Amino acid sequence: MSFWQFLRLNWSELLSLVQQHVVLVFIAILIAVVIGVPTGVLLTRYRSLRGPILGLANVMQTIPSLALFGFLIPLPFIGGIGTRTALVALVLYSLLPIIRNTVTGILGVDPNVREAAVAMGMTGSQVLRQVELPLAMGVIVTGIRVATVIAVGVTTIAAAVGAGGLGVYIFRGLRQYDNNLLLAGAVSSAVLALAADFFLGLVQSQFSFEEKQSVAGSTVRKLVLAAGVLVLVVGGLVLWRGVAPKTGGQARVSVGSKDFTESALLAEIVAQMLEARGVSVERRFELGGNLPHEAMVAGTLDLYPEYTGTSYTAILHHTPISDPRAVYDQVKQEYASKFNVEVSEPLGFENTFAMLVRGDDARRLSLRTISDAVPHAPQWRAGFGQDFMSRADGYPGFSKAYGLKFAEVREMDLSLTYIALSSRQVDLVAGNSTEGRIATLDLFQLADDRHYFPPYEAVYLVRQDSLTRVPALREVLAKLANGITTEEMRRLNYEIDGDKRDPKEVVKEWLKAKGF
Amino acid sequence: MNDVADKALVEFHNVSFSLSGTNIITDLNLTVERGETLVLLGESGCGKTTTLKLVNRLFEPSGGEVRVEGKTTTSWDPIILRRRIGYVIQEGGLFPHFTIARNVGLVPALAGWEPKRINERVRELLSLVGLDPDRFAERYPRELSGGQRQRVGVARALAADPPLLLLDEPFGALDPLTRASLQREFADLTTRLGKTAILVTHDVREALILASRIGLMHKGRLLLLETPEQFLVSDHSQVRAYLETLELKGGDQ
Repeated sequence: MSFWQFLRLNWSELLSLVQQHVVLVFIAILIAVVIGVPTGVLLTRYRSLRGPILGLANVMQTIPSLALFGFLIPLPFIGGIGTRTALVALVLYSLLPIIRNTVTGILGVDPNVREAAVAMGMTGSQVLRQVELPLAMGVIVTGIRVATVIAVGVTTIAAAVGAGGLGVYIFRGLRQYDNNLLLAGAVSSAVLALAADFFLGLVQSQFSFEEKQSVAGSTVRKLVLAAGVLVLVVGGLVLWRGVAPKTGGQARVSVGSKDFTESALLAEIVAQMLEARGVSVERRFELGGNLPHEAMVAGTLDLYPEYTGTSYTAILHHTPISDPRAVYDQVKQEYASKFNVEVSEPLGFENTFAMLVRGDDARRLSLRTISDAVPHAPQWRAGFGQDFMSRADGYPGFSKAYGLKFAEVREMDLSLTYIALSSRQVDLVAGNSTEGRIATLDLFQLADDRHYFPPYEAVYLVRQDSLTRVPALREVLAKLANGITTEEMRRLNYEIDGDKRDPKEVVKEWLKAKGF
Repeated sequence: MNDVADKALVEFHNVSFSLSGTNIITDLNLTVERGETLVLLGESGCGKTTTLKLVNRLFEPSGGEVRVEGKTTTSWDPIILRRRIGYVIQEGGLFPHFTIARNVGLVPALAGWEPKRINERVRELLSLVGLDPDRFAERYPRELSGGQRQRVGVARALAADPPLLLLDEPFGALDPLTRASLQREFADLTTRLGKTAILVTHDVREALILASRIGLMHKGRLLLLETPEQFLVSDHSQVRAYLETLELKGGDQ
C-alpha cells in the first residue's frame, strides 16, 4: 500500500489522533503557563528560591518521558492511565522553559527603565504588570514556544499510557513494522511542531520593542495573528467538546491491552462482543509494561488479556514451574484474594517465549533445541525485548538455566526483533510463539528441551466488581473459554502484522465465522 | 499653607548611607530652598546619584534623616512621595513599549486623571519641551533621537506638576550642541515654572550654567556648597582642579 493510499483510507482516524494530540498539547501548555509564569515572577522576587525551583524543574526535564509516565501511574488522583496522567507529565516537562524564560525575561528588563517606573510612583504590581511583564513578554513567549515544540514531541509518548494522540500510530507502526503508520504519525507530529513554532514566532515578534521598524504596524501580520487566535479558540472549543467524556446511562466497560498485536486483538474481541450486547466500551489499548495490571488494580481498567505464566512470575513473583494446571490454579486463587480480580477460563492457546533463529542457520547447524544452540552462542548476538530482559523468567533465569553466553546482548523493541533477526543484525531473539511472522520470515523456533519457561496460557483478567456491575461480561467470557486455537491465533496475528489489515475488521470477520 | 511654604523643600540631616558594609554617603547636611536649582557636582562614585535616590526614597538613609516638605522620607508613603517628585535620568529612561503620549501621561494616569485631561496635559507638555504633539505623540521612543528622548523625559517628569524635580545626568549622553541648547531651555523652564530642582552632573560647565548653588561632592562627603560666583573664586584644591579642566577645554576652542 502506498503512503497516499494509506492516508486516503485512514484520514478520519488520523484526524482524530491529530485532534487528541493538539488538545493534549494545548491544555498542557495552558496549565503550564498559568503555573509557570507566576512561579517565574516569584523567583525574580525571592532570589533564594531560584536555585532550588529551577533545579527541580531541570531535573524534571531530564527524566525520560516513558519513565515519568511510569512514576505517575501508581499515584493516586494525578496518576492512573489516560489523559490526566499524560497532562500531568506534559505540564511537568513544559514548566522549565516557561519558568526559566519568565525569570530571564524579567531580570533582563533594563534596570534604568525599572528604576524609572519605581521612581514615577508605580506600585509593585503596577511595575510588574505595566512594565516588567510587557517588556519580558518576548522572552516569555520564546519559552512557551520551546515548551510547545517539546510538548508536541513528548505527547507522542503519551500513547503508551492510553492518552491517544499521534503516538498511537508511531507505536503501532513500530510494532507492526509498518512504515505508513510510522510516517503518518511522525510526519503529522513534525508538521504540528513546525506549525506551533511558526505561529508562536509571530506572537513573539509582536513584543520586540527595541527594533527600529514598527513591528506592531504590519497589518498582514496582525491579520495572520488574529486568524490564528480565532482558529485556536474555535478549534479548542470544538476539540474540547470532542474529547469531553460522554456520559451515558448504559453499562460501560473499560477494556485494556498490552502493547503488542495479540493483546490488542484479544481485547478487541471482547470489546466487539460487549458492544454487540449493548455495553459501551472504552478502549485503552496498547499500554506498555505492567501498566494494564496497575491500572486494573487501581480501578481504571475493568479487563485485559494476560498470560498465566506472566501473572505467575512477573506479577506474583513465583519461581517458574512447568505444570499448566498448577500455575493456573495458583494464579486464580491469588488474584482473587490479593486483587479482587477474577481469572477467566483459558482461551485455548499458549503464547510462550519462542527462542528463534534464522531457518538457514537452523538447517546448516542442525539446530533443534535450545541446548543445541549453546555451543554457538558465544559467536552470536542476541536481541531481546525490554520485557524479556527484565522479568524473572526472562533473560537472567533463562541464560542461567541453559548456561548460555552470547557475544553481545542487545535490548530492543520486541516488534523489531523479528526483522533484526532476519536481516542478520542479531542471531537469536526471544519472540512470541504465536507471532505470525515466524513463518513468513523463515524463522525457526528452538524447542525448550529443559522446560524452563512456565506455561503461558491466554486468559482474561477481570475485576470482580465489574462482573457484578456488567452481567454481559460473564456471558462473553464463558463463550470465549477454549474458543481460540494456537493456529487461529497465529493466523489472526499474521493478518494484522503481515497483511496490514485493520484489527477491527479482522476481529469482526472472525467473530462472524465463529458465530459469537 | 504658608507654614509649609516657608520650610525648605528638602533637608539632609547628618545623613549617612552604606550598602553591604561600604560607606557611600558620610554625614551629609544639606538644605534645598524652594525655587532653586541645586547642582551636585562630582566624579563617578562620589555618591551624588545616591543622594538623589535618598530624596525619593529609592534608598533609605542608614543614619540621620532626609526630610521632604518637612516630613522624613521614611514617614511618607513612598508611592505618594514619588508621584510628587519628577525624576529624569540619562537617556530619559522611557518605557520602550509605551508611545510618547503614554510615557508623558504616565503619572497623571497613575493618579487617575480623566483620559481627556491627560491628553490635554500631554500636548501642553510636549509643546513646552519643544516637541510638536501632532508629530510625536503616537511615536515610540526608539523612533526618536537622543535629544528628543531627553525632552520627553523632562516632559514626563513635569506631567503631574510636581514641586520638585530630580535630574540624574540628564544631558550626559547628548552631543555638545544639543546639550547646550537643552541646558538653556531647561534653565528657562525651571525659572518660568518656579520649579525646585536637584541636578547631578560631573560636568562643571553644566553646573555653572544651571546652578543657583553648587554642591561639590567627593568620596561620599559634601566638600562645599557655594553659589557659582563663589565657586569660581574658591581656592579649595578640588575646585581649582575642576576649573583647570574648564580652562584647558576653553583653550582648545
